[in-house]
Amino acid sequence: MSARPRAAFVPLPMLLLLVGLASAPLWLTRVGLYQYLALEIMIWMLFALGYNLLLGYGGLPSFGHGAFFGIGAYAFGLLQLRLWPNLWFDLIGAAVIAAAFGAVVAAFISHRRGIYYALLTIAFGQVFWFVAIKWHSVTGGEDGLLNIKRLRADFGYASFDLASNQALYYFAFGIFTLAVFALWRLVHSPFGRILTAIKQNEMRAAFVGHDVWLYKWIAFTLSAAVAGVAGALFAMAQQSAYPNVMSLHSSGFVVMMVLIGGGLVSFWGPVLGALFFILARDLLGAYTETWLLWYGLLFMAMVLWQPEGIAGAWQAWRRTHRPAAPALAASKAA
Amino acid sequence: MPLFEAKHLHKRFGDAVVLEDISLSFDEGRLSGIMGPNGAGKTTCFNVLTGRYKPDRGEVRFDDRVITGATPRAIARLGISRSFQVMNLFNDYTALDNIMVALPAVRRRGFDAWSDLASDSSAQDEAAGVLTRVGLAGRERIPAKSLPYGERRALEIAVALAAQPRLLFLDEPTAGLGTEGTARLSALIAELKRTLTIVVIEHDMHFLFGLADRISVIHWGQVIAEGTPDELRADPWVRRSNLGALEQ
Repeated sequence: MSARPRAAFVPLPMLLLLVGLASAPLWLTRVGLYQYLALEIMIWMLFALGYNLLLGYGGLPSFGHGAFFGIGAYAFGLLQLRLWPNLWFDLIGAAVIAAAFGAVVAAFISHRRGIYYALLTIAFGQVFWFVAIKWHSVTGGEDGLLNIKRLRADFGYASFDLASNQALYYFAFGIFTLAVFALWRLVHSPFGRILTAIKQNEMRAAFVGHDVWLYKWIAFTLSAAVAGVAGALFAMAQQSAYPNVMSLHSSGFVVMMVLIGGGLVSFWGPVLGALFFILARDLLGAYTETWLLWYGLLFMAMVLWQPEGIAGAWQAWRRTHRPAAPALAASKAA
Repeated sequence: MPLFEAKHLHKRFGDAVVLEDISLSFDEGRLSGIMGPNGAGKTTCFNVLTGRYKPDRGEVRFDDRVITGATPRAIARLGISRSFQVMNLFNDYTALDNIMVALPAVRRRGFDAWSDLASDSSAQDEAAGVLTRVGLAGRERIPAKSLPYGERRALEIAVALAAQPRLLFLDEPTAGLGTEGTARLSALIAELKRTLTIVVIEHDMHFLFGLADRISVIHWGQVIAEGTPDELRADPWVRRSNLGALEQ
């Protein structure tokens, strides 16, 4: 039997992505971009990658995931302002709190799939969004939490000031690198492979003895935790946390990123999608207030003619130009 | 003592009584057949026996243990495996991956979130062995959805075999197969029969009479006749009914 393609420990796209991101501060002003934009793109990439564990690998559509991004942002702010302004404590706290909320929601929805699953996630997302707006004494209502600090990153032997966009960018880059690597391992591990088997055929998975509910629950909780970390970084980037990121349309952004990028066929789809989305927002947004209209039309065209997204188009192109590389077609399966 | 026993099963959906006081038992090391006309309740019976539906009344025992109403997952873990009449595969996965994710060794490592399953050569070898057993050697890398129908049927059984069952339920394994495919499947099941306890639902009489040690005939949600193929051939009810006529 021929050897099966195995997932490289550090695959080429990951290397390219990390090198690209690490060097971005050196060249981005030359292509007309700016440091803060790169920071925001990376944060959304992180959010989208975590979300794709659920949508792409688990086949579980959550349309309320902005809630966990927002919970991460609020948690980071509240921990910092009210408990202990320590970067590590607040960051890990944000991840744990977002995961905890995710775990509770997942417990209510993991026996479902498809449209019922999606509707329940919308309902829960709206509940969190509403609470964020109405619970003034804690969340600051519609104004949100202001004066969230970019705390110093203390490594014991050295400590870094993250006040500048570039410093915060490199800090976020470190976290992003760890998360990408961990997610890459996860989706190729027995856990990830069984999760995708459940996506393909939940009933058969149960009949070969898998605890389908538990896998779905874990996938949701993990992706909520990643969303929480992304939200915490976003709170630092914006130096505030506000309810807008928890709204339904904001939850829709991450779905559009993942689908346009091609998260259903590639691990790297969400990365492409987040890059594309934020760039489109910035570039189209510079010309017209109604950029979302154009983006929405683009999204519809994509769903109609290229439902596998940018990564899918790339894979199709590679297949026709390099017929000797079927391993690429199966790269998601590898 | 039989390996698997069902006593007085009742199952209804709304007003329709699908199973009415069915009792069945399957001995270890035997191939037992369940036959009956379409709509007789065979598949419902199977679904109750393998945990997909809960019976309204009655008891199911496996290896002297009551498993009535247990979940499919729990039943699978006890060593009961099943195939499906309508193909039920992991379509996007290769044939090998279909088997890999069904192996108990992989299941036990299900919450291992770090190692790479594709580099796990012992699981791969085991999975390749299962494929060889059902005649799919050389097809490891082909996605399940791209396999021809007959091979998908074989893979359907292979996924059930991957769980290393003590008892294997096959739901209409010949469904949709031509004469040649049925003959090949017959040979495969005869081979499996040497090492496994098997229960087969079929309406292909010829197929079942050639393989089964014992057959139960289900009609109108009840067991109307039971015995060896020879006994059933002599049974006046079976002879009178369509079932017997088909067999001649």
